[in-house]
Amino acid sequence: MLELQSVNKQFGGLRAVDDVNFSVQEGVIKAVIGPNGAGKTTLFNLIAGNLAPTTGKISFLGQEIQGKKPHQIACLGMSRTFQNIKLFHGMTALESVMVGRHIRSRAGFLAGMFHPPSSRKEERAIREKSFELLELLEIAEYADVEATSLAFGQQRAVEMARALATEPRLLLLDEPAAGLNIYETAEVARLISRIRDMGITVLLVEHDMSLVMDISDEIVVLSFGRKIAEGEPLAIQQNPEVIKIYLGEDEELAA
Amino acid sequence: MKSSKFFPITLLIGLVIGIQILTQLTETTYYLTQLTMAAYYTLVVIGLSVLMGYAGQISIGHAGFFAIGGYLSAALTTHNLFGLQEHAVVKTLGQLGMLVSGQDLYGEQLLTVAPWPACLFAIVVAAVIALVLGVPVLKLKGHYLAMATLGFGIIVFRIGLATEFFGEADGISEVPAFTLLPAIAGFPALSVSGDFGNRAENYYIAWALLISGMVLLLNLIDSRTGRALRSIHGAEEAAEAIGINTARLKLAVFVLSAVFAAVAGVFLTHYNGGIGPSEASVMKSVRYVALVAVGGMANLWGVLIMGVTLTFLSLRGVFGTYDDAVFGTILILVMLFAPDGILSIRGKALLSRLKKNNA
Repeated sequence: MLELQSVNKQFGGLRAVDDVNFSVQEGVIKAVIGPNGAGKTTLFNLIAGNLAPTTGKISFLGQEIQGKKPHQIACLGMSRTFQNIKLFHGMTALESVMVGRHIRSRAGFLAGMFHPPSSRKEERAIREKSFELLELLEIAEYADVEATSLAFGQQRAVEMARALATEPRLLLLDEPAAGLNIYETAEVARLISRIRDMGITVLLVEHDMSLVMDISDEIVVLSFGRKIAEGEPLAIQQNPEVIKIYLGEDEELAA
Repeated sequence: MKSSKFFPITLLIGLVIGIQILTQLTETTYYLTQLTMAAYYTLVVIGLSVLMGYAGQISIGHAGFFAIGGYLSAALTTHNLFGLQEHAVVKTLGQLGMLVSGQDLYGEQLLTVAPWPACLFAIVVAAVIALVLGVPVLKLKGHYLAMATLGFGIIVFRIGLATEFFGEADGISEVPAFTLLPAIAGFPALSVSGDFGNRAENYYIAWALLISGMVLLLNLIDSRTGRALRSIHGAEEAAEAIGINTARLKLAVFVLSAVFAAVAGVFLTHYNGGIGPSEASVMKSVRYVALVAVGGMANLWGVLIMGVTLTFLSLRGVFGTYDDAVFGTILILVMLFAPDGILSIRGKALLSRLKKNNA
């Protein structure tokens, strides 16, 4: 459903993403891993439309999306979370998720000001659906708490619920386990699997190997902006190139 | 509908009626004049509050939109088209019933645009200008947006001051009354004018307008669009990521707040019977920003209360010749000690804040 063809991104002289090709099949969990500075987040920003590639093609559900604005891409059915959580200030957890229903609802300015019966009905539907998502992510008890005052792991969950509220076909998760302890990470892993089982394709960028190896169907490894390996978790674990960048080069072997 | 949301509105309506009766009983109806004007100015301020507090976009040019509304309505309803009555445009307007004829004080024939079309024209022009200005300007953020809107306000001010059509430094006077509803079925006509006899009536017109505006904005904030607006302020990137077209939404709120300002401009001008360049001045724009800040930015009720109170005091002349200085000082103090508005202050919190600042 998502396909990257020779995608490049240059910042001045730096090739942050260098001729990357891969595709994501519907219904899988695919992970992009790599050491710090490998260009993972840049790659994500290219896919989600926060950055435009210097050259190359990105297609999503058969449409070319490079150069489109993030909100346009979101409307096509792609949603994302952020590495450094971006929640809306002054909104409760429930409201934060309700905002996620934006593209799935219609009431405009005038309906907003006059609250006709049609928009009241829609508003109720938004509220119910959002609450269901909070329940799905097991944070329904915090529905009326200001989202930014929740614990870190719960904030992550709110962000995921918000992304799910857009009813995406593809969900991008940028380091969903960053800053979480091992219990919380295991919890997130369980959630991600559950999201996949709902029929939503997941592409995630991650640092945490345990999470990636446990849940991914396929893994892409980046190093210095280039793809150095792609395959199933087991194959990746045994790939000498990957071991080299993660564990460092064995001097005797290199010689 | 949640009843809690509209309980304060009911309370406010009661208060408005109570004050009118009280002034009647104590024969202090002269207060109603300033309360009427304060209501109109506060209409600008609550519109700006949605733009600044909820959508997070500053404008130091809203006096410009107020002035566009006021000036256009004033110019159209006062300029004598009698000499041009053979002109095709004037003829068409006449056929559409948009003109009124009369006589001035010296018995000269007058032919002017009627207030209703003038009012609508003024508001539409203000909205279009906001749209055209907003497209490039709202791409800017923070200080840059502030500077750009400030520049716009200055342009409007200078145009009023330099154009003969708008009366240059004298402004426009002898603006006629604005008849909202003609006399029908025994009810007297409802018109916006500064006649002493119409004082109570105009007080109610102004407050009805302000309260309606308030209800519309409260509804808006508590809707799909309102949530999207608030999300822009919180984290624009995240708002985009869930499919919110932030550029279009910002533009829409900018236009909405400009329309609120223009409506206030039109009504106040007909009420005062004139408008002068000071209404477009930068200090007026700064005052609106200060009132939004004092009220707590994203707090429509706070903004309404502080807007009415401070504007009323200012109009009563309580601040004397230091009027503008007072509003400047208020802005500084609020930013330092009560960034969430005066009504958010609690004694202890303020003390600890002071201590921290001194430490």
